[in-house]
Amino acid sequence: MRQAWLPLAVLGALAAAPFLGFGGSYETTLMARAMILGMAAISLAFLVGGAGLVSLGHAASLGIGAYAVAILDAHGITDAARVLPTAVGAAAVFSLVTGAIAIRTAGVHFIMITLAFGQMAFFTASSLAAYGGDDGYTMYSRTEVMGTRLLESRLAFHYICLAALALTWALCAMLLASRFGRVLRASRENAQRVEAVGVAPYPYRLVGYTLAGALGGMAGFLLANATEFVSPATLSWQRSGELLFMVILGGAGRLWGAILGALVFVLLETWLAQQMQHWKLVFGPLLVLSVIFLRGGLAGLVARRG
Amino acid sequence: MTTQLLLVQALNGLQLGILLFLVAAGLTLVFGVMDFINLAHGVQYMLGAYLGAALAAATGSFWLGLLLALPAALAAGLLLEVLVFRHLYARDHLAQVLATFGVILFLNEGVKVVFGAAPLQVAIPPVLEGGIEIMPGLQYPLYRVAVLVAGLATGGLLWWLVERTRIGMLVRAGATNAPMVSALGVDINRLFLLVFAFGAMLAGFAGVLAGPIFSVEPGMGDNVLILAFVVIVIGGIGSIRGAFIAALLVGLIDTLGKSLAPDLLRLVLDPSAARQAGAALASMLVYVAMAAILAFRPAGLFPVRSS
Repeated sequence: MRQAWLPLAVLGALAAAPFLGFGGSYETTLMARAMILGMAAISLAFLVGGAGLVSLGHAASLGIGAYAVAILDAHGITDAARVLPTAVGAAAVFSLVTGAIAIRTAGVHFIMITLAFGQMAFFTASSLAAYGGDDGYTMYSRTEVMGTRLLESRLAFHYICLAALALTWALCAMLLASRFGRVLRASRENAQRVEAVGVAPYPYRLVGYTLAGALGGMAGFLLANATEFVSPATLSWQRSGELLFMVILGGAGRLWGAILGALVFVLLETWLAQQMQHWKLVFGPLLVLSVIFLRGGLAGLVARRG
Repeated sequence: MTTQLLLVQALNGLQLGILLFLVAAGLTLVFGVMDFINLAHGVQYMLGAYLGAALAAATGSFWLGLLLALPAALAAGLLLEVLVFRHLYARDHLAQVLATFGVILFLNEGVKVVFGAAPLQVAIPPVLEGGIEIMPGLQYPLYRVAVLVAGLATGGLLWWLVERTRIGMLVRAGATNAPMVSALGVDINRLFLLVFAFGAMLAGFAGVLAGPIFSVEPGMGDNVLILAFVVIVIGGIGSIRGAFIAALLVGLIDTLGKSLAPDLLRLVLDPSAARQAGAALASMLVYVAMAAILAFRPAGLFPVRSS
């Protein structure tokens, strides 16, 4: 935690940003997006860096959380007290059920089976004709908090996203530091030895996987409210790939790297897209170069300097 | 649903399976030999389709296009190997997934810049136009039959190369235990380059063949890639036989599912609901099959590695 000043500085900068001339609609929308994807990325970093479970289907939990908001909205249920638990619960249940099968496999098979479950969720979302099908679903308004339209306020939403991001980070960091996290990290290094010591890694991994899914669901809840629009693209495997990339860009070895990765990813993507139409021609090679040359990610870079 | 329609769908399914096999063969050998996850294998298929379409248009002949597209796809594969993949062998799967993900973004956008975002149409070569009667009163497009035959022939050639030649023996040995083969004095990197270039060409070949059937468009490789991964994981990584059987299985499940699922669901649901649920169920079927197979056989149907 010697380098904890950097993530704290980033969170501080995000907290101060609305008062430093970044309070406009455009900037806050962009920052909210980065923070929400940052949450999803942290929960994935918890799995990848902490438990050694490389999931290529993490966008499914994000999308399930978002779709829970949209589906309840379509039925006139917009109270956060009911919407948020549903979003988080649905994503957790999905992760629990799919994780129960996926965690039996290892390595590349785990990557592929999580991808398969993600694809199942994606095709289910595409077939929900009542909620927009392929075209997606536009919400009438944001979720209400105790009867108030708190989330409509740009500033309030900014700080809610920031608080959720900080909470996610703190929770995952605490979990990894606990006895539970030690078992997870140990079974990442050598599952056989963990078993030899008399601890079965499977239930620990399953709980970790379910928790990460629940956090992804929370990010999905915020994402749906941020864009007031939900579409199957949220669950696509490309989105899962992007989340993984945020984790790696930030540095998979450190949890807070994911915050950094998500911020840099979203800002770079947005900036490049403004510069030119075919920005992916630059973005793609940048991904490749950062993977080849930036081992340990941005966080590793900072750690080496520090 | 008549028997005739079922037969046509089964043939379409086999033909999708054959194309999947051509893509999956390179993917599975590369993975088996170098333990390298190449997500960009799908864009090599797309590149083959575009090269075939462009060269066919430039030369005015589908056959010349095909003939020229193969070495071009091979060259593109070699270029990728030298520029990107070579630096990733020693890295973990995560780094490989991400770097090749970057290659996908670049090439999908690249073909958009060069060829435009609109799908290209590729004409069926005149010799293969029309249909043949495979059953009294049932015409099946000749081109699709040709694809089936060409794919089977290529698959047979590949099987012979891998199972009956010295090079193939080394490749199989490499897929089973690369460090051991390397210790026996075989240049594993050169072996890999060979497998990789050949795999890229096979994927490109599948792309050229698919051109007149499916639309040639940016991102066309993404779905094929995911299906090809499903194929190699079901079949057992590194196994050509596994890839072949799994490819036919996936092709049949996908195609028959898409035509049968809505009809079957109509028995229990009202028509519009059956159509929607059927489409979703059909798209999901291959993933359901994969999850089911992996749940019972975590290493696939024909596991290569003994560990």
